[in-house]
Amino acid sequence: MTRKRRRLYVLLAALASLGVAAALVLSAMRDNLVFFFSPSELAAKHLPADRAFRLGGLVEEGSLARDADGLTVRFKITDLTAAVPVVYKGLLPDLFREGQGVVALGMLGSDGVFTASEILAKHDENYMPPEVAEALKKSGQWKSEPAP
Amino acid sequence: MIPELGHFALVLAFVVALAQSSLPMLGAARGDRRLMAVAGPAALAQLLLLAVSFGALTYAFVVSDFSVALVVAHSHSAKPLLYKISGVWANHEGSLLLWVNMLALFGAAVALFGSNLPPALKARVLAVQGMIAVGFHAFMLFTSNPFLRVFPVPADGNDLNPILQDPGLAFHPPMLYLGYVGFSMAFSFAVAALIEGKVDAAWARWVRPWTLAAWVTLTLGIGLGARWAYYELGWGGWWFWDPVENASLMPWLAGTALLHSAIVVEKRDTLKSWTILLAILTFGLSLLGTFLVRSGVLTSVHTFASDPARGLFILGLFAAAVGGSLTLYAVRAPALKGGGLFQPISREGALLLNNLLLATACATVFIGTLYPLFLDGIGGATVSVGPPYYNTTFMPLLAALVFVTGIGPMLAWKRGDLAAVLSRLTLAGVGAVAAALVAWRLETQGPILAVAGIGFAFWLLLATLIDLAGRFGLGRGRPAEIWRRAVGLPRSAWGGALAHAGLAVALLGMVGTTLWAAENIRVMRPGETTTLGGYDYRFDGTEQVSGPNYSSDFGRFTVSRGGAVVAVLTPEKRFYPVQGTPTTEAAIKTTAAADLYVVLGDPDGQGGWTVRVFHRPLAMWLWLGFVMMSAGGAVSLSDRRLRVGAPARRGLAAVAARPA
Repeated sequence: MTRKRRRLYVLLAALASLGVAAALVLSAMRDNLVFFFSPSELAAKHLPADRAFRLGGLVEEGSLARDADGLTVRFKITDLTAAVPVVYKGLLPDLFREGQGVVALGMLGSDGVFTASEILAKHDENYMPPEVAEALKKSGQWKSEPAP
Repeated sequence: MIPELGHFALVLAFVVALAQSSLPMLGAARGDRRLMAVAGPAALAQLLLLAVSFGALTYAFVVSDFSVALVVAHSHSAKPLLYKISGVWANHEGSLLLWVNMLALFGAAVALFGSNLPPALKARVLAVQGMIAVGFHAFMLFTSNPFLRVFPVPADGNDLNPILQDPGLAFHPPMLYLGYVGFSMAFSFAVAALIEGKVDAAWARWVRPWTLAAWVTLTLGIGLGARWAYYELGWGGWWFWDPVENASLMPWLAGTALLHSAIVVEKRDTLKSWTILLAILTFGLSLLGTFLVRSGVLTSVHTFASDPARGLFILGLFAAAVGGSLTLYAVRAPALKGGGLFQPISREGALLLNNLLLATACATVFIGTLYPLFLDGIGGATVSVGPPYYNTTFMPLLAALVFVTGIGPMLAWKRGDLAAVLSRLTLAGVGAVAAALVAWRLETQGPILAVAGIGFAFWLLLATLIDLAGRFGLGRGRPAEIWRRAVGLPRSAWGGALAHAGLAVALLGMVGTTLWAAENIRVMRPGETTTLGGYDYRFDGTEQVSGPNYSSDFGRFTVSRGGAVVAVLTPEKRFYPVQGTPTTEAAIKTTAAADLYVVLGDPDGQGGWTVRVFHRPLAMWLWLGFVMMSAGGAVSLSDRRLRVGAPARRGLAAVAARPA
């Protein structure tokens, strides 16, 4: 086999695998992109109820409550302009606290309550999820953090 | 005084790096041996100076010198010694100091053991290493100096984030960094070869041990990280397709491809420019990983507070390294003539396919990781890409890769006979189908994907065994003869087989822990029992315990199966008063069939506790797979032919003698 032929085969194989990858990526992207919204954005627009997205902001002070079953927790996520009630069944992350940043993954019910399947709280004292910081800036409630 | 010494040593190392990056390069261009000879001592001086610097910082942490800002921010006088030491690299500045120490270690290894390298190549390799060092030293000195002082001196420190106070995590970053930085050797060799315009079998023979060593430590580092996530975070998972995890996976995938394509360069003197490109990309992805982790541009469960200005600096460094080397590549690569020709169905062809699959898999991870950043950058929506994306893109490619890995090693060089190989693999095919059927029978409620996964894992495992048995002629001749042949087999053959088997074993664990996983969450009062996966978990209650720098609610569970006690599990809920943070300490009982995993949540105020119980089948095999893969790499590394820096002169002569 000549060098040219070999190069052709290699090129064809590369193009084929690239094509497969592109197809996989595109189909996966269409179904699996998870959008992020702040409570204000959520209040402003209507979203399809069957699609999961991420909601981020601060856990509203005094909003945390536990149902009688001891497992289901209810709280509100706020960007200090709007707030969305959230219900979550499971163990909260260690660093989950009122007044601090949180990102929840889940779906919005027709009753306006956001059912979370995953709660992501920050991992260290100084960290604020960038989306949450952005959301707070948008709602004009951002207070610049003290320099570390 | 000691921190000043460390600071001074760091500045000196910067100056030495400047000399190391320029003088030998100039010498190599002019053929001036004296200038080239600067490289070796400069590389050793770097290591010495950086070791002093690192030692000084470690000293500051160990004696809790709170006049150093970094110690105040990340340490506390009551912290156990191990975490005082690991605290040195459990933060941005210190981890960079560790990074450059690793870099200097590799540079010094070339200087010491590379005596049989051609002087010009050695000088250029060390000069490129020097350039990388200049970039990182400047980064540290100008944006993230670990030796900054504070005044007035605080009475005590802020403590290390308790989640990082863990023996597994003490060793995870150094391993990962050894891997990341180890790929800088392949990069330096690639750039030096491009400058020289020469890539040959001998070159591949020098590059491969470094790449292999880096790959071994990176594999181990990723494994340790996954293990840490598994038992420390208390979510029962070990991989979350988180950007920071992906940042370590991408160089691993590219490095694995590099490892295999370097074999082709060495044995068959072809695929040269591709291998060079891979070497550049692998290190580029390592730098990108550093950038992603250290800049905090992506949301991640691992992200720690960091400063975008630093990210910009690393991005510049990244652009300079990758942009510069790719430009050099574009100019020089066309001059690299390929050597041996081969049929599409051959060992070369299989290795090429492996490379294509790995590169494609790497590309899908790359897109998934960076697309949100890209969309954000052009002012689009804020999005994230979760596990489902990777399950649909990465997993099919992994399956194809596992399938090809079973066949590839059995094909002959140049021209392989696929039909003959497949007929030898009949047994593996039958075994794989049988294993899948057994899995289906045992776990009828599991998804079909899990059954397929088990089939693929057994396919690779059996194919590897058949290949190995064929190599030392099992069933041919007397046992003593077979034994002799087995012992005489090159270590690289054993290592390769072990690593491939490791992949198969790890795949078993991945399938079990993700697709067959079960969990149960409920409020339990002392004395109550919950059942999961055929085991009964009885909650015996909690007690208050205090540790060196925390207090803890110590839970007790008795696990039994069919009335017989299997284990007593003691999950904890700890509270670290200095940082005011609670942590969850999961309790895990590992058996060959499954991990029994209990997490203690919060008390409900009426005597009950939220409890989360996980059943994680085959988890043990995942960790064994990681160990096998890195052990395989290490065994291969111990092959005489590949011993670091010692490509036998005899080998070189043989290469030269072979007709081109």
